[in-house]
Amino acid sequence: MMMDSQLPILPVVLPLATGAVLLLLDVRRTTLKAVIGFASIAAQLVVALGLTQLADAATPTVYALGNWHAPFGIVLVVDRLAAVMVLLTTLLGTAAHCYSLARWHGPGRFPVLLQFLLMGLNGAFLTGDLFNLFVFFELLLAASYGLALLGSGIARVRASLHYIVVNLAASLLFLIGVSLIYGVAGTLNMAQLAERIPAIAAADRALVESGAAILAIAFLVKAAVWPLGFWLPSTYAAASAPAAALFAILSKVGIYAVLRLWLLFFDGQAGGEFLLYTGMATMMFGAAGMLAAQRLGTIAAYSLVISSGTLLAAISRADAGVTAGALFYLVSSTLGAAAFFLLIELIQRARPLGAEVLAVTAEQFGIDDEEPEESPGPAIPATMAILGLAFAACSLLLAALPPLPAFLAKMSMISGLLSIRPIEGEAWVLLGLMLVCGLAALVATARIGVSIFWAGGTSVPRVLFLEMVPVATLLILCAALTIGAGPVTRYVQDAANSLHTPRAYVNAVLPRQ
Amino acid sequence: MELIVALLIGVLTGSGVWLILRPRTYQVILGLALISYGVNLFIFVMGWVRGGIPAILDAASKPDFSRFADPLPQALVLTAIVISFATTALFLVVLLAARGLTGTDHVDGEEREE
Repeated sequence: MMMDSQLPILPVVLPLATGAVLLLLDVRRTTLKAVIGFASIAAQLVVALGLTQLADAATPTVYALGNWHAPFGIVLVVDRLAAVMVLLTTLLGTAAHCYSLARWHGPGRFPVLLQFLLMGLNGAFLTGDLFNLFVFFELLLAASYGLALLGSGIARVRASLHYIVVNLAASLLFLIGVSLIYGVAGTLNMAQLAERIPAIAAADRALVESGAAILAIAFLVKAAVWPLGFWLPSTYAAASAPAAALFAILSKVGIYAVLRLWLLFFDGQAGGEFLLYTGMATMMFGAAGMLAAQRLGTIAAYSLVISSGTLLAAISRADAGVTAGALFYLVSSTLGAAAFFLLIELIQRARPLGAEVLAVTAEQFGIDDEEPEESPGPAIPATMAILGLAFAACSLLLAALPPLPAFLAKMSMISGLLSIRPIEGEAWVLLGLMLVCGLAALVATARIGVSIFWAGGTSVPRVLFLEMVPVATLLILCAALTIGAGPVTRYVQDAANSLHTPRAYVNAVLPRQ
Repeated sequence: MELIVALLIGVLTGSGVWLILRPRTYQVILGLALISYGVNLFIFVMGWVRGGIPAILDAASKPDFSRFADPLPQALVLTAIVISFATTALFLVVLLAARGLTGTDHVDGEEREE
C-alpha cells in the first residue's frame, strides 16, 4: 500500500538515482553499468505498467511532492494520457538500452544519458506545474544534446550545433510565455490556470493569449512543426541509432504539451485553425521531404515530421473521437519510428562501399565497419531475410497500411473526422493529406528497399542477436497492438474523453474544502 | 523605473536576436547569453518593479495585501539562471568541438562560397 501511494514519483526518482550511481562508477566497468541500467529500466517498466493500471480510473491520481498540496506545492498528475506516454517512453528506453549493449556501450556514457533522458521525459509527462514542465524540458534536452553527440564525428557535431541553438532559443521563448501567463494569472499550477484563464478580464486576455501563443511556439519547435522544424531531419539522421530511436518520442513531447495545455486552458477554442493549418503544412513538408530523401535516416526523420503534423492537425479538431485516434496513432507511429531508426543502422552495414550517399555513417562517425575483437553474443542466421521482413513491417507502419496498428489508428482518426457534422472543407483536405502522406511513405521506403534488398551487390552484414531482439520486440509490440486493438482503443478513447472534459482533472488537483 | 527596465530588456533581447542571426558560433553564443539576460529580467519584473516592500507579511499588524513583493518570480529566475548557465556551458563545449573538427567557426561548419 505504501509503495502504491508512492508510485507516481518512481518514474522520476528511479532513473535519477540510477543515472547518479552510473556516473560515479568507473567508466571502464561497462558490464556492471549495463546490468544496473537494465535492472533499473526493467523496474521502470513494471512501474509504468502499474501507472497505466492506476490511471485507468474516473479521476486522475495526484501526487503532492513533499506533501505540499496544490496550488502551493508542486504536483504530479497521473491520468491515462500521462501513463500511456510514460509507458511508451520506458518501452523505447528498454529497446534502446538493449540495442546499445552491442556497440554503443564503449566508454559507458550511453546508459547514463539514457537514464537522465528518461527522467526528463517521464517528469515532463507527469508534472502538473507549468514551470516544472520547463525544468523537465531542459533536463531532457540536456540529456538529448549529449545523446545527439554520441559517437562524435563532423556530421553529428555540425547537426547538434544547430539542434542546440534552436532548442536553447525555444527554451527562452518558453520562459517568456510562462512568465507572461504567471504575470496575468498569478499561478503556475496547470489546474488552477485552467480555472482562472477563462475568468480573466477582457483587458488582460490579449496578454494571456500572447503568452500562450509564445509558449505554443516553444512546443511547436520541439515538435518540429513547419516552419519551425528544419533542424529535425539533419539532427535525427545524423544521430546514432539508439539515440535516434529515443528521439522518436522527443518530438512527441511538444505535441503532448500542446494537447494537454490547449485543452486545459482554452478548452480547444482559441487558435484551432492555426494548429490545423500548421499541421497540414507540416504534413506536406514531411511528405515532400520523404520523397526527396536519398538516405534511410532522412526518410525516418521525415516520417517523424509527418507524424507530428498529422497529430497536430488531428488534435486541432478538438473532438474526442479524433483525439482518441490521434493518441493511438501516436503510440503506434512512435514504436514504428523507433524500430525503423534501430533497423537503419543494421541495414546500412549491408550497403556496398560505393553507396556512400546512403551510408554516410560508419567511418565518418568513428565506428569501424570492422567487427570488434570480442563481439558480445552470436550473430543471427538468415540475416537478409530477417532484415527484409523487419524493413517491410516498418514501411507498412510508416505508410499506415494493414495489418499493423498505424492503419487502425489512421482509420479511427478519419472516421472521427467524418463523424463531425457538418463535414467541413478542411476535414476533407486533412483526410486527403493523411492518405497522400501514407502513399509518400510507401513510395519512399519501397524505392529504397528495392535497391537494398533486391538489386543485389550488397554484402550480408553481421547482425547480432542483441541488436535484432529490440527491433523485433518493438515490431511484435506493434502487431500486438493490432490484435489487442479493442482494449487499447477503449483506453485511448477514455483518455481522450477525460482530456476533453478537464473538470475532473482540475477537481482532482485542487481539493475543495 | 518601469520604462528603464523595459528598455533594458528590449535592448538586451534585440541585440541578442541580432547576434543569434550572425554566422559565427561565438556571436551566436553571446547572443544566447544576452537573450537569456533579457528573459531573466523579464521574469523578474513579472513580480512588478517595486522597491522597499516586504515579501513576508506579518499577520498581526493588519497587512496590506495589495503591497507585497512576490517571491515566486525570484525563485523562478534563479532556476532559469542556473539552467541557462548550464546549457550555455554545454553549448560552449560543442562550439569548441565543432571548431576543432571543421576548422572553421562558421555555424554551418563550412565557409560560404562567394
